[in-house]
Amino acid sequence: MSDRTQPPAGLVGPIPWLRKNLFGSWISTAITLLLIYLIAKIVIALFAWGVVNAIWRVPYNQNGIAQTAICQDAKGLGACWAVIGDKYRLILFGRFPYDEQWRPAIVVVLFVALFVLSTIKAVWRKGIVSPAVRYIALAGAGLILLDNLAGLLETIAAVGFGQHLPLPFDLLAILNTVGKCLLIAGLLLLWPAIGVWVGTLALILVLMFGGILGLAPVAVDYWGGLPITLILATFGLAFAFPIAVLVALGRRSTQLPAVKMLCVVYVELIRGVPLISVLFMASVMFPLFMPPGINVDKLLRAQIAVILFAAAYLAEVVRGGLQALPKGQTEAADAMGLSYWQKTAFIILPQALRLVIPPLVNTFIGFFKDTSLVLIIGLFDLLTMGKIALSDPPWQSFSTEVYITLAAIYIVFCYGMSRYSRGLEQELNKARGR
Amino acid sequence: MNAIVLDKVNKWYGTMHVLRDISLTVATGEKVVVCGPSGSGKSTMIRCINRLETHQEGSIVVDGTELTDDLRSLDTIRREVGMVFQSFNLFPHLTILENCTLAPIWVRKMPKAEAEALAMSYLERVKIPEQAKKYPGQLSGGQQQRVAIARALCMRPKIMLFDEPTSALDPEMIKEVLDTMIGLAQSGMTMVCVTHEMGFARQVADRVVFMDRGEIVESGPPSTLFEAPKTDRLKLFLSQILRGD
Amino acid sequence: MSATAADPRVTAARKAPKRRMRVSWSDPRFRALVWQFIILGIVGGIVWYLVFNTNKNLAARHIATGFAFLHRVAGIPIGESMISYEPSVDTYGRALWIGVLNTLKVAGIGMVLATILGTLIGIGRLSGNWLMAKLTGFYVEVMRDIPLLLQLLFWYTALQGLPAPRQAWRVAELMDGATFHLFHETFANWQFGSGMLLSNRGSRIPILNWEPADNWILAAFVVGAIGTFLWNGHANRRQEATGIRPKVWPVAFGLLLVLPLAVWAGFGAPLNFEIPTLRGFNFQGGGTISPEYFALLLGLVLYTAGYIAEIVRSGIQAVAQGQWEAAGALGLRRGAILRHIVLPQALRVVIPPMTSQYLNLTKNSSLAVAIGYQDVVSIANTTLNQTGQAVEGIAVIMAVFLTISLSISLFMNWYNAHIALVGR
Repeated sequence: MSDRTQPPAGLVGPIPWLRKNLFGSWISTAITLLLIYLIAKIVIALFAWGVVNAIWRVPYNQNGIAQTAICQDAKGLGACWAVIGDKYRLILFGRFPYDEQWRPAIVVVLFVALFVLSTIKAVWRKGIVSPAVRYIALAGAGLILLDNLAGLLETIAAVGFGQHLPLPFDLLAILNTVGKCLLIAGLLLLWPAIGVWVGTLALILVLMFGGILGLAPVAVDYWGGLPITLILATFGLAFAFPIAVLVALGRRSTQLPAVKMLCVVYVELIRGVPLISVLFMASVMFPLFMPPGINVDKLLRAQIAVILFAAAYLAEVVRGGLQALPKGQTEAADAMGLSYWQKTAFIILPQALRLVIPPLVNTFIGFFKDTSLVLIIGLFDLLTMGKIALSDPPWQSFSTEVYITLAAIYIVFCYGMSRYSRGLEQELNKARGR
Repeated sequence: MNAIVLDKVNKWYGTMHVLRDISLTVATGEKVVVCGPSGSGKSTMIRCINRLETHQEGSIVVDGTELTDDLRSLDTIRREVGMVFQSFNLFPHLTILENCTLAPIWVRKMPKAEAEALAMSYLERVKIPEQAKKYPGQLSGGQQQRVAIARALCMRPKIMLFDEPTSALDPEMIKEVLDTMIGLAQSGMTMVCVTHEMGFARQVADRVVFMDRGEIVESGPPSTLFEAPKTDRLKLFLSQILRGD
Repeated sequence: MSATAADPRVTAARKAPKRRMRVSWSDPRFRALVWQFIILGIVGGIVWYLVFNTNKNLAARHIATGFAFLHRVAGIPIGESMISYEPSVDTYGRALWIGVLNTLKVAGIGMVLATILGTLIGIGRLSGNWLMAKLTGFYVEVMRDIPLLLQLLFWYTALQGLPAPRQAWRVAELMDGATFHLFHETFANWQFGSGMLLSNRGSRIPILNWEPADNWILAAFVVGAIGTFLWNGHANRRQEATGIRPKVWPVAFGLLLVLPLAVWAGFGAPLNFEIPTLRGFNFQGGGTISPEYFALLLGLVLYTAGYIAEIVRSGIQAVAQGQWEAAGALGLRRGAILRHIVLPQALRVVIPPMTSQYLNLTKNSSLAVAIGYQDVVSIANTTLNQTGQAVEGIAVIMAVFLTISLSISLFMNWYNAHIALVGR
């Protein structure tokens, strides 16, 4: 018997690999050569345009206006990256007050940190479940409620009776802030994932709005750029998700035909129309829905539209997960005498939601890209800021450079997320195969 | 004349040596059962015989034709060699009858009526003519595997290869498939079976081949091999199989 | 199941007793009823509140509800339209109908082109050639990571960057290098390539001047198509009877290509294209593709093809390796395996996700509004800005898209059920 362990030469190594994968047949060889020729041509042209002949800086005249004549001369031969150097703050952060732009910068970092933290499995485990922690969270919620209640009473008194209530509002506001901190701390300990999300999103809003902790207040009209894109997509996901779970459960309900009907109509209606029509609805019809005198700002209206739109799509994703669960799980839970909500919360949802993480991430990538549609209703997201940057006369003809930069930003976010979802999917498949 | 001759066949997956100097001759009409622990290379060997896998060294001659890269020799061999798979591999979008007539019509160029008559005769032989109009998804595992045997027989092969035909079946269905295979063996077909069914091997096989780690360790008539194993590896394997029963 | 109807256990002598609902919280049916009333009540209340506010607001702004505005003169200038339209005479209704047609025009052609391109790229992803597989994979990744709107803006600006009609690019001149030499020669001789012009006012293509001879060529083609169809039937019957299948492709080639060409040559090979020519600042003659339409179509096709490629790839991969092996072991060649075994099965896997891509493409065509192509969303948007009929305008948009979505889903569901696999 043979005791050779190595295959004969010519079966492994780089050369047989090349022969098998690039020059397997004469057709394959022809394709390889043609592709190499085309790729080389394109890469060389792009390199010449984007690097060798590119112009990185332009002079400014005494009024601070960019002198783009050299860029105009180089047009078609070399890229004018000077436009990015001149406009990147505007594109990334919009019209946020210039000296305060460190705040949206931190917001972007916080979002990225939130995404990265969410990929760590330990974060999604259960935290410390003890009565003490629960009381901390409840106390926090109580304090917030107290302040809101006082505010409500004050409003009623002011509108209804024209009088002010002798309540210690300063103290209540402080208690409210303390309550919020307690609630987030409690949540962090109880369910780290939810705590991380609520805490980070709250911190983001604080940084954007300002007005407390010595931060200068910034009106929503001045927000813009990447934070808007991230806020619309992430808050959309965070708020749409609970709705989506309820709608998905409603749609699977056998006991409540009317509720099921309602959920079906909602999901199919939203999925049947383009996002842009829902956004139009938010921008032109929403003001008609509100009682006279109440104005909801544009960003919030768009956010509500995104949430309603996202919820319908997410509901279908969640429903897919519910359907994928074997029937035995429900039956086993029923046999244990669990109620509907106990069964759903402890047995069904934890398993179904784990299954749907990859499609959920893919849906989120979709929303992240789709938030660019708010350009059409005049909100200042990343894409809109790119277009606004291009409306500056000296830079008008350098759209390619700006669009490529915007595309690169979107690619970084979307590619990262899609890699993550694919990795998870493979993990799930492996776990299922075993 | 010999139906199959393997001479010093070697095969690697990357750097993994999966077949080591396999030499095996199967005479026409002979029934050979191949057994061995999982990962021993027995499936790989049988798949090399109709070139579902390619070997890298040595030669394989089937029915007088050597297996090479030449497409014509491949066509010739595949017509003469029928194969039955562990997972049936019936075509789910075709009826049972269409599963059986597809290859006779498109490969053997048989008129449709003739192909259908032929298919029905083989379906009767595997005792499921009444299922002809159904789809594979409507049949039980045992029935599906019998259809797979009938489908292979419709090409009137000279040699039949079985790759663990009963491993994916529930116990009560194994017998119906084995009975079909025994009937086939009695009709004089040349057969190579990878299987762990020792009862079948005892009843039908002219020779049993034991493989381990890519090598043929022992071979001989079932009685000698099972009653008086020479190597420790075979002894160990037999003890595990019997305990499993 | 029809078999179960005759089952004596089913047609039992006594029906199962119907239990009456008790008005008690411990009766699950009563509980369900109460919950439904509560939930429907809340939803109904919210809807009523919104409608109430809307009516009040509309009354305050003196906007009349209803679709009467559809009969008013629109006055919206429309660049491209498949039916005649005069802004000063025609109504909003007709303007919106033009929008619907424009949406269908871009979505319909987009679906066909995206399917072709996506299928090619999907097959490329499975190519044994490593470079091909990686390159198509790169294409898919990039297309799916950039928002469609950004892509549309990019293509639209790129088309705007083309020279003015006076210096329009001639397609023939763009095709340099030996690779395209043959192509160049052929079309330059026919003044075809030189008649295809790209400019920022749109792409001009030559169109054929219809002559009597062309009728005969068309007739020859139709005869050829019928002949091919009949021959195919004949081939099927011959194969059934004798087992030998007569070759179809030489007949198809002869009837569909050689015959019309022969007729054309018989008439003295007339070829009379209306070539666009420059008059003043723009072109006369020939057919036009507007830059808006071109950019929208290009963006939609390239973007959707990235998704379709993945569907095609996973569809083909979903057919188990065992199917290839079993068919190969029966002696079928690669082409026959693809045709009889793999494609029919892959098609079943592919239909549902393909349907949702077609729906997405149609819905995405609404981004036309961002680059000024006048689809239904764009015209409805203009209408609601002019008339203030916001509710009606959005209702029109939604109704149009729901109708299109529903039609596509119904058709695809019917087709899917038609080819569904039969299982236990």
